[in-house]
Amino acid sequence: MAIILDNDTRLVVAGLTGSEGRFHGLRNRAYGTNLVAGVTPGKGGQDVEGVPVFDTVADAVSEAGANTSLIFVPARFAVDAIYEAVDAGIDTVICITEHIPAHDMLRAYTYFRGQGTTMIGPNCPGVLSPGKANAGIIPAEIFSEGSVGLVSRSGTLTYQIGHELTQLGLGNSTIVGIGGDPVVGSSFVDVIAKFEADEQTELIVLVGEIGGDEEEKAAAYVAAHVTKPVLAYIAGFSAPPGKTMGHAGAIISGSSGTAQGKKEALEARGIEVGTTPTEVAQMVATRLR
Amino acid sequence: MDLYEYQGKDLFRRVGIPVSDGRLATTAEEAREAAEELGGPVVVKAQVLTGGRGKAGGVKLAEDPTDAEAKAHDILGLDINGHVVRMLWIEPASDIEREYYLSVTFDRGAKKPLFMFTTQGGVEIEQVAEESPDALVRLHVDPLEGFQPWVARRLVYGGGVEDPSEQKQIAAIVEKLYRVFVEFDAMLCEINPLIVTPEGEVKALDSKFTVDDNALYAHPEIAEMRDNAAADPLETFAREKGVTYVKLDGEVGVLANGAGLGMSTVDVVAHAGGRPANFCDLGGGGSAEGVVDALEVITRDEQVRSIFFNIFGGITRCDEVARGILAALERLDMSRYPIVVRLDGTNAEEGRQILADAGRENIHPEATMLDGARRAVELAGAA
Repeated sequence: MAIILDNDTRLVVAGLTGSEGRFHGLRNRAYGTNLVAGVTPGKGGQDVEGVPVFDTVADAVSEAGANTSLIFVPARFAVDAIYEAVDAGIDTVICITEHIPAHDMLRAYTYFRGQGTTMIGPNCPGVLSPGKANAGIIPAEIFSEGSVGLVSRSGTLTYQIGHELTQLGLGNSTIVGIGGDPVVGSSFVDVIAKFEADEQTELIVLVGEIGGDEEEKAAAYVAAHVTKPVLAYIAGFSAPPGKTMGHAGAIISGSSGTAQGKKEALEARGIEVGTTPTEVAQMVATRLR
Repeated sequence: MDLYEYQGKDLFRRVGIPVSDGRLATTAEEAREAAEELGGPVVVKAQVLTGGRGKAGGVKLAEDPTDAEAKAHDILGLDINGHVVRMLWIEPASDIEREYYLSVTFDRGAKKPLFMFTTQGGVEIEQVAEESPDALVRLHVDPLEGFQPWVARRLVYGGGVEDPSEQKQIAAIVEKLYRVFVEFDAMLCEINPLIVTPEGEVKALDSKFTVDDNALYAHPEIAEMRDNAAADPLETFAREKGVTYVKLDGEVGVLANGAGLGMSTVDVVAHAGGRPANFCDLGGGGSAEGVVDALEVITRDEQVRSIFFNIFGGITRCDEVARGILAALERLDMSRYPIVVRLDGTNAEEGRQILADAGRENIHPEATMLDGARRAVELAGAA
């Protein structure tokens, strides 16, 4: 079945007429994703390679039946695009945009959690369910269909681990990049709960990094609620405190949010943590054989 | 972005949080003039973006302008946790009856702003939290509900403030602190100590203020407060070049595309027995020009002995990165650096071919991340 994206996904791209939105939106369509619409205010009635463009998300929902929104608009307009999608009744919002102010995202988060919308991102690579649909910038060609659920705060690190899995002959149910910001729409716990309920997923890989306490929360959740095997990788063991390591959320504050602390929290709950991406892939292969 | 005490106090003053009127000084002479203008005893306070100023001798009381000049002379140039004092804040000495603590922070775990208040101020808040947790009132604010007066009441009554005038003044400060926190997209606003004078006046004697970097576009006046002279010169140079860079203390220069892969590459270099010199994220695009800029930043660090490119192409195209490496070899003096290059993902084959065709002696291709890290560590030792 996979999670978040599947054969029922009907995608609308916010910012389809922009260069990023167009490039990735069409790439997602070429992969087989059902791209039904684009939204750019003022460009309603146009089309991008045959994909109709609407002025509002509400039009994309009522006229093209969109149920999933992929947001590519610049940071200062992205929060508006999130609210618009939620208020138009979109089920799943995936926001790729980086550099959204944390306070803006905090208010939006509090709002859409109350509406029951599934939100992925911001500052994320998107979601890929191999063989079914791709929404975002994940290079689908390096992944194959299979039973490993992959959830990560990073983009390229996820590709690295996916690539290592593919080389060992293993595929994925869904790859979810939850994003590298301090506040993201879905946490590890949210996504792991979906993988636990998904028939296709047999094993879950969590790829975390320094900052915050979502890995620690995930460890406690897995111990209490998850029957499937979970393996992990954490990036940032060599990161100094007080420095933002590329992602706005990747920062050790005082003594909290360290990679070592996360590793210990995961291991204390029986979740094995690989030392390198290669080792994690090998651990997955061992478990599944 | 962290603000200096005087900058944070300026923002406090704008929303009406009581602070002392003070002057900024960069020389002992200016400190004396400031003390003359202010009149009476003053406090000379080092302006540094680190804690522990008092213990390090960075805060001193001065009886008169001559004394202020002498104290300023002592404090200027002092090294406090690696931060050299170049600026002083001079303000009238305050008589202190009681010291409290008040802060509002961005609690990413709870996904809500968090207020903390205690009447046991003037010490490290972590210490209060550990030794007398009951004395620390913690209260989350719903970001959509925003500030409501009951929040201030819970803090003030919960903290055990008994004097009605104090209660009223602190409640007003709580409201204003929330306003400044939201208005300036702060991640942290802390007043420690929040003092009560013998006359019963409540005011902020210090400020700690951190603003979200992603919101600086909306606050150009705060972005301008950034003090480049105090920052690591390499990191400032990187920021000017638009390169995401954090200096570490080692010999293997690291470049990767993406923050997660970058952190992982640094870890793998350490795992291979080496010492990473830096974290550097080429970003999602990874244009040839960006590669040249990143190499220019990395090679300014004189400790660097070898360089490891770890690229997993997604949006980043490996052929573009390869062209960037060759362009950097043309434009920068890179001859003394062995460069280990691992390319995978989008256009990896083309990228490898471009590097092979160039036939440069100091470029060492490797097939995997792990092998690349090992090779770079080995070459750093040999160089």
